[in-house]
Amino acid sequence: MNKLILWFHKTGSPEYFYRLAGRLIPWFAAAFGVLLVWGIYQGLWVAPPDYQQGDSYRIIFIHVPAAWMSLFIYVAMCVAGFIGLVWRIKVMEVIAMASAPIGAAFTLITLITGALWGKPMWGAYWVWDARLTSELILWFIYLGIIGLYRAIEDRRAAARAASLLALVGLVNIPIIHFSVEWWTTLHQGSTVKMFGESAIDTRMLVPLLVMAVATKFYYAMNVLQRARVLLLEQEGTKTWARKVLEVQEVTS
Amino acid sequence: MGGYGFFVWTSYGVFFAVLLFSVLAPVIRRRSLARELREQWAVDARRREAR
Repeated sequence: MNKLILWFHKTGSPEYFYRLAGRLIPWFAAAFGVLLVWGIYQGLWVAPPDYQQGDSYRIIFIHVPAAWMSLFIYVAMCVAGFIGLVWRIKVMEVIAMASAPIGAAFTLITLITGALWGKPMWGAYWVWDARLTSELILWFIYLGIIGLYRAIEDRRAAARAASLLALVGLVNIPIIHFSVEWWTTLHQGSTVKMFGESAIDTRMLVPLLVMAVATKFYYAMNVLQRARVLLLEQEGTKTWARKVLEVQEVTS
Repeated sequence: MGGYGFFVWTSYGVFFAVLLFSVLAPVIRRRSLARELREQWAVDARRREAR
């Protein structure tokens, strides 16, 4: 068989995935730690204050990466969920379901840090602006997916139902992204652009991008961590799960 | 922090608190799950012996 297809099949086996994830987690954690320390140090102490917003803008070094992650994780969850739905791959179902709480966490961070920036800059913690409202809806969708997954007894049926709900909620993602263009409300448009020149000083842009990469590693670490636990939860009676836990008992 | 200290530090505090929680949650769940599974195996083993 083709080597790539072979690898794909192997990774699809819960036991192989469990062990592979266990080996990868420390590397992702280390990459996250290093980038986080550097990014926060640069963002809080090295980058100059903003000419209009003073030091309050330093919140963007966590707010913007967290907001990107809230969308990125949603799309990742949908891709995994879709693959799980179509090809019935257990590992993919579990990855989709492990993503939901992490996405909800980043969405919560986005909402709270945004409020903490809004108070000194706009004069209010919360306004019913298009961007803020659609991001709040995203949080509710995440909670709905987690709730649905937890409400159904059969783990695999639960994952399929929740993945389907996630795919329906996908419609909200472009709404969030384009909300600042479609509706002229309070939230500012993007400063960092994928194409063309960004309207931001390099000393601010670099730590921002570093934090964006750091949070990707955090997601990679956390999703594998959570997926491992979910696999144990649903395969706890199988021989491989027993083998894994017994080995762990001896070593720890 | 030019008068914005409260807002900036609270933001970073929330960021770390939420991310820490999300890392600890599966660690704690894994522990309780391992205990539950071991108890289950012990029960199964006793049942087999009794038969």
